[in-house]
Order: sequence, then C-alpha cells, then structure tokens
Amino acid sequence: MSEEQIKNLEAQFEARIARDEKIEPKDWMPEKYRKTHIRQMSQHAHSEIVGMLPEGNWITRAPSLRRKVALLAKVQDEAGHGLYLYSACETLGVSREELYEQLHSGKAKYSSIFNYPTITWADMGAIGWLVDGAAIINQVPLCNTSYGPYARAMVRVCKEESFHQRQGYEIMIKLANGTPEQKELAQDALNRWWWPSLMMLGPTDAESIHTEQSMKWKLKRKSNDDLRQQFIDQTVPQAELIGLTIPDADLKWNEEKGVYDFGEIDWDEFWQVVKGHGPMNKERMKARVDAWEEGEWVRDAAMAYAEKKHTSLKKEVS
Amino acid sequence: MSTKNWPLWEVFVRSKNGLEHRHCGSLHAADEEMALENARDVYTRRSEGVSIWVVESKHITASNPENNGEMFEPAHDKVYRHPTFYDLPDEVKHM
Ligand SMILES: [Fe+2]
Ligand SMILES: [Fe+2]
Repeated sequence: MSEEQIKNLEAQFEARIARDEKIEPKDWMPEKYRKTHIRQMSQHAHSEIVGMLPEGNWITRAPSLRRKVALLAKVQDEAGHGLYLYSACETLGVSREELYEQLHSGKAKYSSIFNYPTITWADMGAIGWLVDGAAIINQVPLCNTSYGPYARAMVRVCKEESFHQRQGYEIMIKLANGTPEQKELAQDALNRWWWPSLMMLGPTDAESIHTEQSMKWKLKRKSNDDLRQQFIDQTVPQAELIGLTIPDADLKWNEEKGVYDFGEIDWDEFWQVVKGHGPMNKERMKARVDAWEEGEWVRDAAMAYAEKKHTSLKKEVS
Repeated sequence: MSTKNWPLWEVFVRSKNGLEHRHCGSLHAADEEMALENARDVYTRRSEGVSIWVVESKHITASNPENNGEMFEPAHDKVYRHPTFYDLPDEVKHM
C-alpha cells in the first residue's frame, strides 16, 4: 500500500470512531491502534490476574462463612475479568502465551496497587472499597470505548464490580462499628490504602503522555485528574459516614468549586513501585511465575489426554 | 515450555429458552469437555445461561470486512423487499 492510501484509510478510520462506530477484529486498523490496544488491554488483564494474589492471601482466614464466600466469589470474578480481557486482546492477533511471557518477563506492567501487602483482615475491606472503587471509576467509561471486544468485555466487568466494592465497604462498616481494636484496624487499613488508591487513577495530567490519542480512540474519556477528583469526592463522605478519617491533613471541602481540595501525592513512591521497587513486586511475580511453571505438567497432561481421547474416537468410527 | 498450547474456543450462551445462543467470548481448553466446563465458570457465574455451545475457533469461517461492498451492498438497492415500497390507498388498514 502506498503512503497516500494508508493516510486515506487512516482518515476514514478516525472518522468512523468519531461517528461512534465500533471497530471489530477483522477491520483494517492502523498499526498504532492495534499496538496501543494490545498494550492497554493486556495490562488491564494482567492487573486482574495479579490482583487476585493480595486478596487470595486472606480467603482461608476470613472471619466468617459469609465473608469467605463473598471474598472467594470476588477473587473468582477477578480471574474471570482477566480471562475476558485476555480473550478480547487475543482478537488482535497476539497469543495468550505471548501475553503471559510479557507479564512473567517483566516487560508488561500491571496496576501498581497490587504491589502493596495485605497484612490484616481490614485490608480486604479497604481493597474492595477503595481499590475496586477506583477501578470502577477508571473502567466505566471504557464500556463505550471504540474497540468492540474491549467494550463488550468491560460491560461484563463493570456489571460484576459493584458487588466487589459493596462487600469491601460492608467489611469496613462492621469493623468501624466494632470494638476499639477493630475500628483501629479499619482506620489503619484506610491509612495505608488511601494514597496508593489515589495513584491508581494515574499520573497527573501534566505528566501523562498518551492522553490525546487515547481520548480520540475513546480509550480514555476523562483526564486522570478529573477521575481522581471524582473518586475523592465520592469517597470522603463514605469515610465520614462510618467514622473513619481520611489520612490527609490538607483535605478540605472547597465551597466555591464544589469539590474537595486535597494534599500532595507522593509521586516518587508511585514511580518507585512502577519501576519494581514496591514492597511486594518480587513476591507477586514469583507467585505468578511459579503457578505457571508448576502447572505446566497439568496443562500437558490435559492436552495428551484430549489427543488420546480423539484418536481412540477416530478408531471407533473407522 | 509446554509442547502444545491449549486451543482457543468460542463460547455461545443461550440466556433463556426462547432466545438464541449469543457469542459471549472465547477461552482456552484442552478439549470440548473442558471448554464447556470453563465456559460455565467464566461466562455463567450469575445464572446468565441455560445452554452453552462451544466450538473451536479454527472451525469458524468469517467473512472479510474488506469484501463488505460486494457482500452486503447489493441488498441496499432492493427496496422492494420492504413493505414500505408498496403504495396502498389510505383506506386500507391492517396490511
Ligand atoms: Fe476486576
Ligand atoms: Fe473487582
């Protein structure tokens, strides 16, 4: 194809998206669109999968059967989310093995929030409430994104997320209304998860690179700072309602703007964790790689069994 | 590395009797039995289905969007296939 023809196709392509048409797997697309989508969707899938680890840590120690079934169902949902997203990503011509390889080799990123440890039961409350809460704010706009398989996967994901946040907040309510020790646990978890949750909405607009292109392709509909403000404004009253204190001395209602002003985010910490120096980066990756490698004989056995079954079936037929 | 990767399957779910099976995504599985079980766990955790079809992705033949012109455009000028093409007097009801 000549350069001019490609320019033409690209213009038509952008116009389709501007008209709110969806792009489907076999449609022509610019190479950059394909690459950007593979990167974002696979990062998203990896986050769902690695995200199971911090919570999986508490399933066997949940304090009641009610909590245990809820946490188990939530973690299972996250596995599902990862699978919806991996399969949507594979429609762009990348294989599951390549995607895993990118994760396991450290080439691909996943959400930094999962590199923090879950040291008390209250962390299950804080994660559901804050981490899933921030994730929902990030994800809802993606239900209308331009790539059809991604948008459809996100519709399913978003439908399932709201129970995640509610079960987390319910844990926090119970602890906040419990004994002084329980309330302290809840407050401590909020203290540790608040700032990393704000970082989940991404670098400030001034620092954020891909934004303009992403807006055009509807991979992003609001800026990181707007999303963060939305998260803070919706979460602060929820903390107040259950008598917990947001760990930010500068947090203050701004009457004039109708939003909360908030303190400085420690972006050094954010970049440190992104670069692999968070408290749990190594453990998370090790758990993933071990699960994959130690499961290899199971995958091989299943494949061998399937092949054997099919050959014996063919023999019966002939 | 494993010698052979599990193949890809497409999953179709009927949400209730009376409705058609609809494509809802794909997954990897060693064989059809495992594909069905995985499809149940991945796509019907909240009673979204009463029936599942799985078919190995390589068995699907798809039309190519590049040929959409010759494939679908011939139908565009066949307005006589639609009821509104026909002139009827206003007095005629229910037709
Ligand atoms: Fe999720
Ligand atoms: Fe979730």
